[in-house]
Amino acid sequence: MKICVDMNKCTGLGICESVAPDYFEVGDDGELRVLREEIALEDVSDLEESVTSCPTEALWIEP
Amino acid sequence: MTRLVVVGASLAGLRAVEAARKAGHEGPITLVGDEAHVPYDRPPLSKAYLDEGEPESTTFREESHLTGELGVELVLGRGATGLDTEAREVLVGDDRVPYDALVVATGARARTLPQGGDLAGVHALRTLDDAVAVRRELDRGVKVVVVGAGFIGSEVASGARKRGLDVTVVEALETPLVRACGEAPGHWIAGLHEKHGTRLLCGNGVAALHGSGRVEAVELADGTVLPADLVVAGIGAIPNTEWLEGSGVELDNGVVCDATLASSAPGVYAAGDVASWINPVFDRRQRLEHWTSAAEQGATAARNALDPTNPTAYRTVPYFWSDWYDVRIQFVGTPQADEVVLVDGDPEAGERWVALYRAGDRLVGALTVNGQTEVMKYRGKILKGAAWDDALAFAEQRQQARSVTTAG
Repeated sequence: MKICVDMNKCTGLGICESVAPDYFEVGDDGELRVLREEIALEDVSDLEESVTSCPTEALWIEP
Repeated sequence: MTRLVVVGASLAGLRAVEAARKAGHEGPITLVGDEAHVPYDRPPLSKAYLDEGEPESTTFREESHLTGELGVELVLGRGATGLDTEAREVLVGDDRVPYDALVVATGARARTLPQGGDLAGVHALRTLDDAVAVRRELDRGVKVVVVGAGFIGSEVASGARKRGLDVTVVEALETPLVRACGEAPGHWIAGLHEKHGTRLLCGNGVAALHGSGRVEAVELADGTVLPADLVVAGIGAIPNTEWLEGSGVELDNGVVCDATLASSAPGVYAAGDVASWINPVFDRRQRLEHWTSAAEQGATAARNALDPTNPTAYRTVPYFWSDWYDVRIQFVGTPQADEVVLVDGDPEAGERWVALYRAGDRLVGALTVNGQTEVMKYRGKILKGAAWDDALAFAEQRQQARSVTTAG
């Protein structure tokens, strides 16, 4: 499974980083960086949470 | 089959019905909302929606998705008028909508200016209709007076300035945002207005609005008269609980809930701006008016309402953001603190800084201005109950790493 970001929607609010800091980090420029795409099994629920808690609905998980 | 009724068709209500389906609920769902619109997103309404040009729709889901894929019966344009907790029925005018599980997500409404009367050109900004009306006024290129230097008011002021309009913000308190951010940070943030050409008058309430038919001027308590074609009030919100009075659902600044968002009435849960619940992270009763908590509470309330024997508490480190001019303000945690310390940047000199909030020996909050890369690192720490000394050490380390990078 892979985490995907629509950078046109993302505004760098960063909730995903607080939920899954190993996967996301907002940079100094306010842009989101995906640190790793492949989702480890034990992290699936955190990544699902990052998807539902994104205020711009910019994230989704691909199987 | 369990009948789920959700009253309130904004973010929390939408997330409630979505979470119910995701959790495998196959029974009927009814979503009741007093606005005619299908659920839409509110934060953009006081931000990008006010910009020049055609605004982007903020509707969350097409109506066909709600009624089709999600199988939700929509009752829109008609608010709930009462609740019968004995018969387990929501009253919508003369109709009665039976429920087994109920999520109350009726939100809050904008406080309006008591002096406003029927004058045209006087608005609040909370709903889509409000935003459309304010946009229309801005398009005419008017003189703007914003009443209330809170987040909504300040965003409107910033949007109007972006269009090059003449803007004055009037605030009754000496320092804006004291309740949201504390005394010193409120003062620092408010400084952004002057820097961007918005006049800010503090410690001066509205005495009267003048005009015949349309607003022409705002008179302040000290006698100052400000010419105005558009007055936008951002003076807070009132939880929509009147329809629950006498129903047996306990009310006190919102619907009184436990940590699992359960109200005092069986089968009745609450979510979003209307819910006052015990947040286990701070072991404190809170009623938040934030996007994140509304979304998450909606989902939690629905799951708990449908599975009341196995409820989960809703724990959160509150988060909100606000965009003023070209600046992003972000806050995590609680502003109720013993001390606030600026750990990075200088609000007087620059537009990038970080402040941390201490209660006892714990880190309880962090406020950043253009500190997008810092703020969420503190959210995680607050959730874990980080010690204050550790937070300061971390801040020091971040700041040093930054100065090395900048120097290099």
